[in-house]
Amino acid sequence: MKLCRRFPMKLQQKMFSSKTTIDPQEIALFEKLTANWWDSQGPLKPLHAMNTLRVPLVRNGLINQGVVSKENIYSCTPLKGLSILDVGCGGGILSEALARLGAQVTGIDANPSAIDLAKHHALKNNLSINYLFTSIEEHAMENIEKYDAITASEVIEHVTNKEPFLDACVECLKPSGSMFMTTMNKTIFTEVFAIYAAENIFDLIPKGTHQIEKCIEPEQLQRILEKNYLQTKEIRGMFYNFLTNEWCWCLPTWISYSLHAVKPKERGRFLQKQLIK
Amino acid sequence: MIISKLIKINNSSALHRLKYKNLNFIRCFSDEAGSHFDIVIAGGGMVGTTLACTLGKNKTLNNKKILLLEASVNKPWIKSDKYSNRVVSLNPGTHKLFEDNGAWAFIEQHRFHIVKRLEVSDALSETSITFGKSEHTDTISYMVENDLVLEAAKNEAQKCNNLKILYGAKVKNYVLPDYHSDVSNIELENGEKFTCDLLLGCDGYNSSVRKAMQVDYVSWNHNQMGVVATLKFSNKFDNEIAFQRFLPTGPVALLPLTDELSSLVWSTTPQEAKRLLGISEEEFVAEINKAVCGPWKQSSTVLQATSAFDTLLRALNCSRDHSRKRPPKIESVEPGSRAAFPYGFGHASQYIRKGAALVGDAAHRIHPLAGQGVNLGFGDVACLNKVLGEAVYSGSTLSDLNHLKDYESARQKHNVPTMLAVEGLHRLYNTDFAPVVLLRGLGLQATHALEPLKKIIMAQGAV
Ligand SMILES: Cc1cc2nc3c(=O)[nH]c(=O)nc-3n(C[C@H](O)[C@H](O)[C@H](O)COP(=O)(O)OP(=O)(O)OC[C@H]3O[C@@H](n4cnc5c(N)ncnc54)[C@H](O)[C@@H]3O)c2cc1C
Repeated sequence: MKLCRRFPMKLQQKMFSSKTTIDPQEIALFEKLTANWWDSQGPLKPLHAMNTLRVPLVRNGLINQGVVSKENIYSCTPLKGLSILDVGCGGGILSEALARLGAQVTGIDANPSAIDLAKHHALKNNLSINYLFTSIEEHAMENIEKYDAITASEVIEHVTNKEPFLDACVECLKPSGSMFMTTMNKTIFTEVFAIYAAENIFDLIPKGTHQIEKCIEPEQLQRILEKNYLQTKEIRGMFYNFLTNEWCWCLPTWISYSLHAVKPKERGRFLQKQLIK
Repeated sequence: MIISKLIKINNSSALHRLKYKNLNFIRCFSDEAGSHFDIVIAGGGMVGTTLACTLGKNKTLNNKKILLLEASVNKPWIKSDKYSNRVVSLNPGTHKLFEDNGAWAFIEQHRFHIVKRLEVSDALSETSITFGKSEHTDTISYMVENDLVLEAAKNEAQKCNNLKILYGAKVKNYVLPDYHSDVSNIELENGEKFTCDLLLGCDGYNSSVRKAMQVDYVSWNHNQMGVVATLKFSNKFDNEIAFQRFLPTGPVALLPLTDELSSLVWSTTPQEAKRLLGISEEEFVAEINKAVCGPWKQSSTVLQATSAFDTLLRALNCSRDHSRKRPPKIESVEPGSRAAFPYGFGHASQYIRKGAALVGDAAHRIHPLAGQGVNLGFGDVACLNKVLGEAVYSGSTLSDLNHLKDYESARQKHNVPTMLAVEGLHRLYNTDFAPVVLLRGLGLQATHALEPLKKIIMAQGAV
């Protein structure tokens, strides 16, 4: 945090160098958005509303994995004592919700103004969240196997090189840790409804926010994670009703979906199992 | 613009941190803005107090500070042999809420009366409909005095560590959050100030929270008043049937309290109510006996048609229930138990706004014809408790509209049809125009014979 304040130029250069997976065009666009980030009925209202699905996804996922202690289930802080890394945290819409549930949250984002906004908002709301302006590749170097869970919500569809991004995420995850993602599927439905119609007809999100080429199919995502020995627990379809600004779970994963994958306890044993299969 | 400003502030980080800490400090403790609570409940009537104890006992809301503000002083409840003239009929949904929040134990320790059947009849067409099984097996409602309900809720509320109750605390002014702020400011008449994230208006049908929320409110006067009294029967019996009879001036209802007492709710015109309060006790008893059992001028066409309809129903093998009972003769009225209250209809088109929600009579006021008034409010309490618990368990802030709107839509879906049905019934029965009387006579017989329809009506009343 201090580093980025003192040498912002250096970091910026680093960020945009070909080594990282961040696309400079993407960042410029997000800067435009930050002003209205925290207006729950504003331009980012779909993201605010998505918390009604993705926070329970993380909470229940961790409860089902048995990492939440019994007395914390159904308490006001079910995620107490768990450390979570929110990759691509933006202004902190998801990070703050997880922090309110008692988790120790680290939020990283490659957009410096989003991180500033996030810090400002957390301070105002008395939440202690460790926000860092960095990339996951950078962060992974010093935080190997540090987190109980990693969330990357609505992020992977903005990443050009998906494999190194996911590799770095997995690096940061403790053994038995959980990886939670939400993103858009690479289908004609996404292209027509979630991209073309949402950006051009209904003005839900700014033009150019998403590109279909950068979306990824759940099977593809699962395959990359499997290469990292992660076992996929669940893939669920998500549906956004833009008239009521409500999200709900659905069977088809044609447009949006979530994924929960778990890192093996011991890499060796998991590998053996895979080989036997 | 805003971002660059924010970033500038943020960059002088140490100074900024200090500033903000101070700001928060001011928000929480200084006299200027008043102390801060997560939830403030305005109005400690039956609904507000029940809401306070229900939220206070919700495990997922354990770390929230709650404040209950009530204008009146804290009247100690004294158990007396005499029954209060204000009683409510609590439906099974409300009973469940009170079992869940722990308040039912107190009521059970003192007194309540179970109603197993409801007999509704029409004085002009002499038709009737019965709700509840003729074998008297199911409980359709529980009669409890208002102040016992209030005391039970208060008693449980006082057990909650995160809940503070202030009596004699009349609110003078509310300033609700706007685009730039996230908290509501509350000022009491004695000058005390509070801020909160979520303001819950339980301040009755004349709600000032509703006015501060600036939501549309549809209302009209019924030009009717409710005369209440405690009545004594001439003999003891299994008093487990609530009787309601529609008279041309409005319904008269006898709600069982003990095996020899019933509570009267007689809805009538303001002039008639005034007269009923003025006459002697003997005359009053005679008037009630006539209203409950006495004959009314019946149009012969109406009578002929309803008996023909009855024959038709019998032919179709869905005959009416012949176990219909009439209440026994009333002997006396408890001295000093007579009183009258005005009726009205009102409904807020929205129950929620950023940082605020309406609960109970503040959101909806109905004719107490079906004994539903306060049950709708308790239904609101159960729903809001669930919604807020889920919101917090999902990491949301209390004032998040994405959750609050679940409360609004769920409750309006329930309340609006109930209110319209009750209002419709009220209008339907508030006439002696022969064709309408005939229609409703046939209607009552038909509903009576049609079990499934009755089930629906009962289910609607139960939540
Ligand atoms: C004759 C009659 C018979 C009825 N019979 C039945 C029945 O059989 N069954 C039934 O279910 N319902 C019945 N009702 C309806 C029932 O009484 C109401 O629905 C119920 O009382 C509403 O409760 P509440 O807590 O929402 O509002 P209220 O009881 O009106 O409580 C509001 C509270 O807010 C407080 N308050 C108001 N303004 C402020 C302020 N500025 N600052 C602080 N505090 C404030 C008041 O002091 C009061 O305590 C009947 C009503 C009448 C008139």
